[in-house]
Amino acid sequence: MREFILTDTPHLTLVKPAVAWPDDLFDVLKRADVRQVGYVPDAGHSRLIARCKADPDMHDVSLTTEEEGVALAAGAWLGGQRAVLLMQSSGVGNCINMLSLIKSCRFPMLMLITMRGEWEEFNPWQVPMGAIVKPTLELCDTHVTIAEQPDQVVPLAQSAAQIAFGGDRSAAVLLSQKLIGRKVWK
Amino acid sequence: MSLERRAAMATLLADRPKNLFVVPGLGSTTWDAAAAAGGNDDRDFYLWGAMGGAAMIGLGLALAQPKLRVAAITGDGEMLMGMGSLATIGVKQPANLFVVVFDNGLYGETGAQASHTQGGVDLCNVARACGFERVLDIKDDDGLRALATMLRTSNKMLFARVQISQDESPRFLPEKDGVVIKDRVRRAVEAV
Repeated sequence: MREFILTDTPHLTLVKPAVAWPDDLFDVLKRADVRQVGYVPDAGHSRLIARCKADPDMHDVSLTTEEEGVALAAGAWLGGQRAVLLMQSSGVGNCINMLSLIKSCRFPMLMLITMRGEWEEFNPWQVPMGAIVKPTLELCDTHVTIAEQPDQVVPLAQSAAQIAFGGDRSAAVLLSQKLIGRKVWK
Repeated sequence: MSLERRAAMATLLADRPKNLFVVPGLGSTTWDAAAAAGGNDDRDFYLWGAMGGAAMIGLGLALAQPKLRVAAITGDGEMLMGMGSLATIGVKQPANLFVVVFDNGLYGETGAQASHTQGGVDLCNVARACGFERVLDIKDDDGLRALATMLRTSNKMLFARVQISQDESPRFLPEKDGVVIKDRVRRAVEAV
């Protein structure tokens, strides 16, 4: 896969595959009429977050911790709006108890999760949470799929949106590190 | 002097306007809101769990529906668990969200253990530091009535700490089925 350098600072180079899936994901969210976007800043989601922030019809909400985004999505739905939570795999652990709100009330909950700790990982501290994201979410009654190739991203995200908003339940797409690229620390 | 929690909630919600919605936090503030309604109010999203989430649920609702006035009314323990949400709300500055903390300095549902507010943590100062420009520290009935007015008229987000006594009130339980509570609130929003 062709790569290009997304970020190059004195301390960090972020090498990304040359693909358009973040823009495709934005289009999926627009087609699904998602109006609130909760996120914890994340390199893998940086392009998608920037697109959402630039959209006047979307409320972008930067969170201090990921479970805030679960509660935000519940409140949005009470008000008739659809929401999405964008986060890194480490954030899934922060959400566990708040996801009981989703199950107890049968709220829709759409999550797009960039993976760490599974491919080309340089930081071993990312591995313990990254390795248990899928079973953890499934224990929380979340429908989980994994996108490893760029052409899987749109169909899996569209399906997750339908499962969440059509089925009044929690659905997540895990975006593999293969899609996101490599971090090179200097 | 400290306020009695049931009377305080009743004062805040007496003759509430149709567009004043409440997210009471897990535990005593949910029982207080139910007691103030004399059972259930369709505009209350009674929380039986999701500790730390009341203010953020309020934010999602307030952003979705500018026509509403949304009051997240929770306890000090619940607010401490979601203290980061004050920072998140401070950044967003929603004009129609009001965060009210009934502060008795203890965890009433688990045996009255001391909370951090009893240990010197000042939630009013936390809110100020997070960007709330309108912060009220309520100690008496006059202050409570002023807060009740602001919930109905304020065009700016606010944070209020209501200093309540440590006395326990009898349990007053609203609907427990989350799906019923959620669907009721959604229909009430559509009816405003």
